[in-house]
Amino acid sequence: MANVKISGLHKSFGGVQAVRGVDLDIPDREFTVLVGPSGCGKSTLLRSIAGLEDVEQGTIEIGGQVVNGMRPRDRDVAMVFQDYALYPHMTVFGNISLSLRARGTPKPEIEARVNRAAEMLGIRALLARYPRQLSGGQRQRVAIGRAIVRNPRVFLFDEPLSNLDAQLRDEMRGEIKRLHQEIATTMIYVTHDQIEAMTLADRIVLLREGKIEQQGAPLDLFERPASLFVAGFLGSPKMNFLQGKLVRSGGAYAIDLGEEVPKLALPPGRAFNGATDGAKVILGLRPEHVGRAAGAQPAPGSQRLETTIELVQPTGSRSYASFRLAGQPVLSELQAHDVSGPGERITIDLNLPRATVFDPETGRAL
Amino acid sequence: MAARSATAGPSRWRRRGDLARFAIIGLFILFVIVPLYWVVITSIKPSNDYLTVPPVWFPAEPTIVHYTAALFSYRGLQGLVNSLIIASVSTVLSAILGTMMAYSLARFNTGGQHLAFWVLSQRFLPPVAIILPIFLLFRSWGLYDTRIGLIIAYTFMTLPISVWMMYAYFRQLPRSLEEAALVDGLSRWQTMWMVAVPLAAPGIAAASVFVFIAVWTEFFFALVLTSRHAFTLPTVFRAFLGFQGAQYGEACALATTSLVPSIILGMLVQRHLVRGLTLGALRG
Repeated sequence: MANVKISGLHKSFGGVQAVRGVDLDIPDREFTVLVGPSGCGKSTLLRSIAGLEDVEQGTIEIGGQVVNGMRPRDRDVAMVFQDYALYPHMTVFGNISLSLRARGTPKPEIEARVNRAAEMLGIRALLARYPRQLSGGQRQRVAIGRAIVRNPRVFLFDEPLSNLDAQLRDEMRGEIKRLHQEIATTMIYVTHDQIEAMTLADRIVLLREGKIEQQGAPLDLFERPASLFVAGFLGSPKMNFLQGKLVRSGGAYAIDLGEEVPKLALPPGRAFNGATDGAKVILGLRPEHVGRAAGAQPAPGSQRLETTIELVQPTGSRSYASFRLAGQPVLSELQAHDVSGPGERITIDLNLPRATVFDPETGRAL
Repeated sequence: MAARSATAGPSRWRRRGDLARFAIIGLFILFVIVPLYWVVITSIKPSNDYLTVPPVWFPAEPTIVHYTAALFSYRGLQGLVNSLIIASVSTVLSAILGTMMAYSLARFNTGGQHLAFWVLSQRFLPPVAIILPIFLLFRSWGLYDTRIGLIIAYTFMTLPISVWMMYAYFRQLPRSLEEAALVDGLSRWQTMWMVAVPLAAPGIAAASVFVFIAVWTEFFFALVLTSRHAFTLPTVFRAFLGFQGAQYGEACALATTSLVPSIILGMLVQRHLVRGLTLGALRG
């Protein structure tokens, strides 16, 4: 068990900068998820912590000890790989016990520890099998067993679920979360899947082009994205982005989308980082904050509008309906029976107090 | 009528195709088998039957005199023993050194781009270009006409083959297995021997067979670097083409004998060999 502290980390491959100046402080026992689109440097960052990549600049500390230049075996971290990386010529027992055998652990202790790990993951009956005789989910369990048998200071996961089918992925995601609660060790998890990030993380670190775009608790990032990039990356379906102008009306600001739409009043007292009357802005509103009108009056701060549905995508419990607002597409999340089909006129409420306003030039939230 | 010919057409063509295929395969087998058969049969023919017209396809009175003559009078047995020792030891050394060199080239890119190709390019060198310096060096180092001398020569001669075959093999092994082992707490050395080498076993087997056969059949170096002690099986054949004419029976007896180890080796590693030669095209 240990914290991990990364300061000023840089790494490039050939001429390509994979990581450009990352500072990150991961407290002991925290489940941190590094997330971002492919090529954002998240895997490189993880591999640098494992010692599989040499860093050019900056330091990595594990448990207060600088580990730059230290061999992977001396760092006392365990890693679960995307392709499982099970040794095909060894049984499950051989795979899980290799690290202990390499350290010369006495035989009875090896057996006890392997059995305990296998018990935890429900793979005790598979110990004598070879990896090729296992299903994808079983292989993933063995890969995790190989990591936990060592009681490492830090667990690293490199997209461990991306090779599994959807159903198994959901199951293993729960399993990994349970594992973290049980063994309470620092875990760093890399994924490009924002749902995995949201469900697993104590803290999400969102990377973009080798830099940290934003970090914080999952709901913080979800509800208060610092940029258009974060807002668009987290959440499925994506947040709606509407281009408009900031206008002053009475004591508060409103967004002007165009002639045919009423001005959308924003909650009074909100400051916009010095953005003034007439500034171009982007209004960000998640589909779940665009709902079918209920009651005689809209909720305080909400704006009621009538519109024509263009497209309906039912998912079972919810239906996603698209319409246009001042010519710009908007997706709304409705109850399954709120909408019957395209062409229907419905009344919707925009939950404006939950909206985020962005500066289109810098992409930052205002 | 039309429908009939339409269905008969393809099957007739297929039958013709089969016929052509079997004819070509049959010719090829004849081409390989007939000389071998002739060698084996001649080795047990009495001397009078060697060159008769029409040929004797199977001798009425088979004999083993050519074997005893070839092995004992012509010292074929010592050549066989020397060849077995020299070929086995060179093969093992070449495989071990080749594996380590290839691993280093494949994983650490040792020597940049050029070292790997330079190793291979040794095979472009005509042996005759280096035989004289080696002969002179061996003479002054006391390695001339010794088994150790030939073992050294053959190990280094065959290293390019084993390095290059193993290099290709290691390069197609997924790196993540070795990375997992490194993070699991193995040293590089342990990772190589406990993870990479077992996975590369088919490649090592294939390379070893190539090396063994290359050494087993090598004539030129053995001829120049040995005389009365460390001579190998191929050099013994010189003795059968003497002033009194050719000793066909003895030559064929020794040739038959020299086939045996290659056949045994081939059978032992056959399964690995096919996988090794396709260089992991079939990912397990």
